[in-house]
Amino acid sequence: MRLDIKKTYKLFIGGKFPRSESGRTYTVNNHKGEFLANVAKASRKDVRESVVVARSAQSGWAGATAYNRGQILYRIAEMLEGRREQFVAEIRELTGLSDKQANQEVDSAIDSWVWHAGWTDKIDAVAGNMNPVAGPFFNISTNQPTGVVAAFAPQESSLVGLVNTIAPAIVSGNSIIAISSETLPICAVTLAEVLETSDLPGGVVNILTGNATELGSWLASHLDVNAIDLEGTLNAAELEMLAAENLKRVIRKGSYSRTGAKGSLQHILDLMETKTVWHPKGH
Amino acid sequence: MPTIDPEAVVGSRITNQSLSRWLHSLPGVDKVGLEARSASLATRSIKTTSKAWALDMAIQMMDLTTLEGSDTKERVRSLCLKAITPDPTDLTTPQPAAICVYGDMVKHAKEALGKNKIHVAAVATAFPSGRASLPVKIADTKDAVNAGADEIDMVIDRGAFLSGNYLEVYKQILAVKAACERKDGSRAHLKVILETGELETYDNIRRASYLAMLAGPDFIKTSTGKVSVNATLPITLLMLQAVKDWFDQTKIQIGVKPAGGIRTAKDAIKYLVVVKETAGEKWLTPKYFRFGASSLLNDVLMQRQKLTTGHYSGRDYVSVD
Amino acid sequence: MFDYAPAPESRDLVKFQASYGHFIAGKFTKPANSYSTINPATEQVLAEISHGTEKDVDAAVKAARQAYEKTWSKLDGATRGKYLYRIARIIQERSRELAVAETLNNGKPIKETRDADIPLVAAWFFYYAGWADKLDYAGLGANPMAHGVVSQIVPWNFPLMMLAWKIAPALAAGNTVVLKPAETTPLTALLFAEICQQAELPDGVVNIVTGFGDTGAMMVGHPDVNKIAFTGSTDVGRIIAKQIAGTDKKATLELGGKAANIVFEDAALDQAVEGIVNGIFFNQGHVCCAGSRLLVQESIQDVVIKKLKARMENIRLGDPMDKNTDIGAINSKEQLTKIDRLVKQGVEEGGERWAPACVIPKNGFWFPPTIITGVSPANTVAREEIFGPVLSVMTFRTPAEAVAKANNSQYGLSAGVWSEKGSRILKMADQLNAGVVWANTFNQFDPASPFGGFKESGYGREGGRHGLLGYLKGSA
Repeated sequence: MRLDIKKTYKLFIGGKFPRSESGRTYTVNNHKGEFLANVAKASRKDVRESVVVARSAQSGWAGATAYNRGQILYRIAEMLEGRREQFVAEIRELTGLSDKQANQEVDSAIDSWVWHAGWTDKIDAVAGNMNPVAGPFFNISTNQPTGVVAAFAPQESSLVGLVNTIAPAIVSGNSIIAISSETLPICAVTLAEVLETSDLPGGVVNILTGNATELGSWLASHLDVNAIDLEGTLNAAELEMLAAENLKRVIRKGSYSRTGAKGSLQHILDLMETKTVWHPKGH
Repeated sequence: MPTIDPEAVVGSRITNQSLSRWLHSLPGVDKVGLEARSASLATRSIKTTSKAWALDMAIQMMDLTTLEGSDTKERVRSLCLKAITPDPTDLTTPQPAAICVYGDMVKHAKEALGKNKIHVAAVATAFPSGRASLPVKIADTKDAVNAGADEIDMVIDRGAFLSGNYLEVYKQILAVKAACERKDGSRAHLKVILETGELETYDNIRRASYLAMLAGPDFIKTSTGKVSVNATLPITLLMLQAVKDWFDQTKIQIGVKPAGGIRTAKDAIKYLVVVKETAGEKWLTPKYFRFGASSLLNDVLMQRQKLTTGHYSGRDYVSVD
Repeated sequence: MFDYAPAPESRDLVKFQASYGHFIAGKFTKPANSYSTINPATEQVLAEISHGTEKDVDAAVKAARQAYEKTWSKLDGATRGKYLYRIARIIQERSRELAVAETLNNGKPIKETRDADIPLVAAWFFYYAGWADKLDYAGLGANPMAHGVVSQIVPWNFPLMMLAWKIAPALAAGNTVVLKPAETTPLTALLFAEICQQAELPDGVVNIVTGFGDTGAMMVGHPDVNKIAFTGSTDVGRIIAKQIAGTDKKATLELGGKAANIVFEDAALDQAVEGIVNGIFFNQGHVCCAGSRLLVQESIQDVVIKKLKARMENIRLGDPMDKNTDIGAINSKEQLTKIDRLVKQGVEEGGERWAPACVIPKNGFWFPPTIITGVSPANTVAREEIFGPVLSVMTFRTPAEAVAKANNSQYGLSAGVWSEKGSRILKMADQLNAGVVWANTFNQFDPASPFGGFKESGYGREGGRHGLLGYLKGSA
């Protein structure tokens, strides 16, 4: 009988897979309570490092053409589709879902990437516009990404919840630090591998496995984070108070469904800023 | 050699105000359009005989450079010997135009080069920053000229330029040009480095080019190679347009030298395409176009070897210098 | 001294069949009623093509209707989008092959098909793939509906690119199509049919019928077609508009142009010269939105013409398959004759003609890049679309005069404005009666940017959210 090679579950920061600088791990069991893996337990220093890396990567990602970003998001869907069996197996192992249910979840995750991919070069066509001001001025409103987003994926979802947390942020050119579900972190790490093989620049998406409450206050109070998505947190109100210090844009828990094959334009726009430019017209 | 009357070109006595007016009346440069033209020229496919010609010309146009704080007599000597025999396995290989070193290394270069036709170019004027008093910069220049430098690569005062003190920049170039004169009436050939990476905008680069050309140098040069953004194809295209327009206006032909960041034969060939299709074939000679480079030579030699042998070469087949 | 040695792209990258039928209901029909399609640079025959008859058109429309009713209208937008994404990817994968095919059949340089045409084709499909499941945002309210079956007729100047501009939005919106490529340039459309098969597109969603103007007329006149989309000459556009008058058929028409490229004295001169060259010599001037009239401010006329002539000396005319060629062959003998005639007329009417010396190949159809100076607004070459590499040069003194001259045309497709002054550019943009205004640039195309004309340049837009509107109607 052949002995298989067990995977090591590490963090995903700056396009690389480091262990937590704290050296900590925590035990993840499958749905039967059996040992599955020792997964890296992210610390505040990992959070600090992720924010630095995310900030550094953000302007390049926002500066890429919308077409290019759309192609990369579509490629993420291609890579995810190619590894669907692995994701189905992991979901079933972790949650006990049936084969049909697990496949449905993977379908939704892939299709959500495709839906988001198609938005990169259409946001301004729908949510930007010329403004008919009363004067000889060219006046236009466009939307640009807010910058660095901290997000907490839903605790109860292995895969599609995390996808519907990451995609709406990066589609417009934000970079993100995403904290995965604490009890269902396995797919998050495999998703990181998918991202790494999709031509996505390192640092645009950073995925930390660990405890949302421990990491939450560091992210919520971080002055170099522009927006925070509180979906997977257990102390959302407290974190929203901390976030108010630098007026972060806040997505409250329960704002958007995270289980579908599509996202929401409003979710995307929540993580963008509108810029209005005036210019006179005259010879 | 024809000369111009700067006052005739500017249209009045040379003052900071008149220079400013003259420079700011030049046509602007559209960044997107310039870069698109440059990118389009970079798609030219140069093959077989034209590639062979271009590779040889690229070598002949090189100012083979070493500008390190750690340079020594032996280091300079080694580079000079490389310039004399770039590829010992192929003695048809041409020699570069010049060796480029710091002023206090000139004597070692002259000694190593002996009777070879390869020139010695010296950087001067408190290279690379140019941040020293004018007397210090002139002394720096004179030392190099007295040590036997054939060519002087000076830097302009970017601080003065960016604060609008064009007259100061101009006067410094004239002073350095005067310091290039030798007792026997000849003079060292002068290249003026604009340090385009610090000027940032194409409009600034165009103005700095014209300001430099007004002072009558032999060459305008992009960069010191010591900052993060050195020569680029669009910047060189812009400077070639400037020298071409200057020639049309004054009949004076000034050369262009991109320096820093040109590492591959492929890149060098792109520059030659830009020269041909912008300033024209009159500039396709070491007299009017140079490359400031160091590692470029080995890549060109390897490409030359591939054309001769038919297979790709490797680093073991070209010498370290 | 530095002559560029030949740098040919490999002919072997594409293999054409000896003969082609039509592509109907997912299969190729047997070739029949054949005519030859040639390479206009060499006059060599590339393949035999079928000339579509009434029966062929009817079969294609029936296949499109069947596919619409039974398959395509039943799929959700996300699935339609996935088919379009597949097509986009396959185009990217086969891009070099398609570029070579287009160059051989059209005569345009490989540098252009490789760097401009084919990348835009892929981008167009990629862009509209993303709209298929977002039609609620198109601006027509929730659940807008497709028209049904669309007849699409595309011209010879950008064969595959025009096909992409037509098919991508039509399919994204939920329509099925019957498309006819131009008679001289059918080959990339037929390769596209193969790509539809590789993408497993359901049978009948895309149908390709080859043929001449009569075939197109049958496609327009067929009673079971809901909408027409046509790109071509204003003359034919007029015929189509008359043909559908009084019927329920919708149409979008993208027709001719005679764009003014306006250069002010404060323009970034070297880039403006580049823009003039790009505006009229890109694609041999076979561009509906070509900047075919140069309106140069009188005070800088001399320096601009001087720089323009110097720049034109660097234009390389020759074998389209050579990677260094800038200007390729004129697409047909017929078009070449027309260009000749109009240029001669331009000279007769008082203009002065100039072209750089070019070595003209022995076979094929060629015309050197040419400027005619001293043109006035009353001259034929100031008014009539030449559709070749010929620039008519006129002057103006003030912005108001530039606007008046630019707008003095039955066409209104595009215009160019060159100035470093932002407020002037924006005011000009307001005043110019053109569907596309390019400021300090020219001939820019992007699937996210709507394109189309005013006046006799047609109606409807292609590209952007606006490009969907011609293929949708509000919900019932």
